[in-house]
Amino acid sequence: MFKGLTSVMYKETFHILRDFRTLFLMLLLPVMDLTIFGYAIDLEVRNIATVVYNLDGRQQSRELLDMFANSGYFTFERVVLSEAELERAIVRGDAKIGLKIPPDYSDRLLRGESAQIQVLLDGSDSTVAMQALQVINAIALRKSIDIISQSANMPGAFPIDARPRVLFNPDMKTPYFMVPGLVGMIMQSVTMLLTAFAVVREKETGTLEQLMVTPVSRLGLMLGKLLPFGVVGFIEMVFALVLMRILFHVPIAGNVVLLGMFGLIFVFATLGMGLLISTMAQNHMQAVQLALLIMLPSILMSGFMFPIESMPKPLHAVAYAIPATYWIRILRGISLRAAGFADLWDQGLWMLVIGVVVLAVAVSRFRKTLA
Amino acid sequence: MTQAIRTENLTRRFGNFTAVDGVNLEIEEGDIFGFLGPNGSGKSTVIRMLCGLLLPTDGSAQVLGYDVVRDSEKVKHSIGYMSQQFSLYPDLTVMENLTFYARIYGIPRRDRRARIEEVIAGAGIQDYRKRLAGQLSGGWKQRLALACALVHRPRLMFLDEPTAGIDPVARRELWNLLFDLSGQGVTFFVTTHYMDEAERCSHVGYIYYSKLIVRGTPNELKQLEEISPPGTARLEIRCSRLPSAMRILAEKPYVRDVTIFADSLHVLAEQGNETRMAADLEAAGYPQAQVISIPPTLEDVFVTLTQRRKAV
Repeated sequence: MFKGLTSVMYKETFHILRDFRTLFLMLLLPVMDLTIFGYAIDLEVRNIATVVYNLDGRQQSRELLDMFANSGYFTFERVVLSEAELERAIVRGDAKIGLKIPPDYSDRLLRGESAQIQVLLDGSDSTVAMQALQVINAIALRKSIDIISQSANMPGAFPIDARPRVLFNPDMKTPYFMVPGLVGMIMQSVTMLLTAFAVVREKETGTLEQLMVTPVSRLGLMLGKLLPFGVVGFIEMVFALVLMRILFHVPIAGNVVLLGMFGLIFVFATLGMGLLISTMAQNHMQAVQLALLIMLPSILMSGFMFPIESMPKPLHAVAYAIPATYWIRILRGISLRAAGFADLWDQGLWMLVIGVVVLAVAVSRFRKTLA
Repeated sequence: MTQAIRTENLTRRFGNFTAVDGVNLEIEEGDIFGFLGPNGSGKSTVIRMLCGLLLPTDGSAQVLGYDVVRDSEKVKHSIGYMSQQFSLYPDLTVMENLTFYARIYGIPRRDRRARIEEVIAGAGIQDYRKRLAGQLSGGWKQRLALACALVHRPRLMFLDEPTAGIDPVARRELWNLLFDLSGQGVTFFVTTHYMDEAERCSHVGYIYYSKLIVRGTPNELKQLEEISPPGTARLEIRCSRLPSAMRILAEKPYVRDVTIFADSLHVLAEQGNETRMAADLEAAGYPQAQVISIPPTLEDVFVTLTQRRKAV
């Protein structure tokens, strides 16, 4: 029944040991991933980007803000000076929380009345918004109790009344948050793998060597291979967006043309990554492993599932090196928050810069000689 | 006559390993140059350097008057290359493959159709225009590969084991095609393991362990002193039980070398020992042994040279 078992095992051991590159990728990579992602992934939200519009500015209001800051859940990005600026910061994605303290905050507290603070929440990131809301309510409650315990007479209502207003995804539906991210992930894996495979296949069959003895130029060869896959990637994006709209009812509140233009930049960056993989991989197997090396961080660290702000600072560098990070922000920004070019141009620019760098590295590695 | 290929001290190292070591070649235009040598001796590496696919580590090479390092792109318009591996697109048809290469080489649209028909006729693949390249059998694949490599009318063709793994008829037909083209002035640089193919070449070179050890016309090589030293004769012996007969002859003082060749023995012996040899064999129990005098074959040449090098 087990005839030949040991011989096959023996032979298989040699296969495993011979292919050093694969062994390395198989053993070391998971350890690396585990270390990085173990730190990166933390379901507890921290350092939520917050902007403050403080119309009061006196001691009471500053005490309240200190409580927010000291909780560890919020990081104050900046202080804004108008209601419009407050909303703009959230539309742009600079902040997920906006705190507005009314001008009569201190006065009302001193008079023993209830003071309202307005809390703007970015509902496009439903997980963060929900957790933030709980924390804000807890802080308001805590502050209220402090005030009550220090005052002689019992007020009729809680002194601090946090009034949340959820922007963009008022029902905090999870699909609104997840699906645009998924669109980005799908576009990336399809375009990147197709491109990498297309080049690696020519390496495996020897047709690439045949092409190298023809007068085809390096750029002609590479662009000729990349552009058709750019079209495929773009069509893939249109499909995914249509599905997102029809199947999951995620609205596209902003400008579709703008979304398409940014999408093109993302497709371009993805093609570059595919080409880079193909210059490093000798066969399909290696191409898949290298693609995983890019795809895992893209899924776990791009803000697709977990907010980047909650990750340790050193890992931010990784997150911001991933084109998907910017693309997911743009997708959520345009579809859920109706963000415009003025809000997102910098995200698009970074994506473009990374794309150009990746492509430049890939092009320089892709020689018309074999060695 | 101008030189199609000229190399000086052409050398290629991969790390510590020297794949090609100081090769000097001169190939005239119109030659069919047969490049021979055992597997792994550096044949493909030389071709790749001459095609501009690999950079030489040392030495230089001119192909059709162009330096392969400086002018590698210029030379590509005038050369064709057929690698060992079938390297066309299996998911494209014969016609699509040909059209692709015609376009890559920049053949103007108005000439393209005629040029493709010309190579289709030359390679005899008229009936397969719409067939997917991946569905062709071995010999037809080679013909298509040759057609693709010829579509831009190269003056020099590199063929790396073009007949490996194809049947004898297809092999013969491919060679007839090469002779036709050679008649039209195309130079060929062909690697092969088949000695009958080597005999058909106008010139041959033999590379062994990265070094080119001999080159010349097949006749020149057969007359090398190393192969046929003065005072020796090359004999063919037909008898039964070849291995034991070989052992018996190897011990005779007048025998310099003996090898089994298919159904006979090839012996290099001191001149004038034919009758003695027959008598010795008869005494050893081989009454029907025939001893015939023969000229050396290219195989004799290469086997002798290889053994000589091994002994050193």
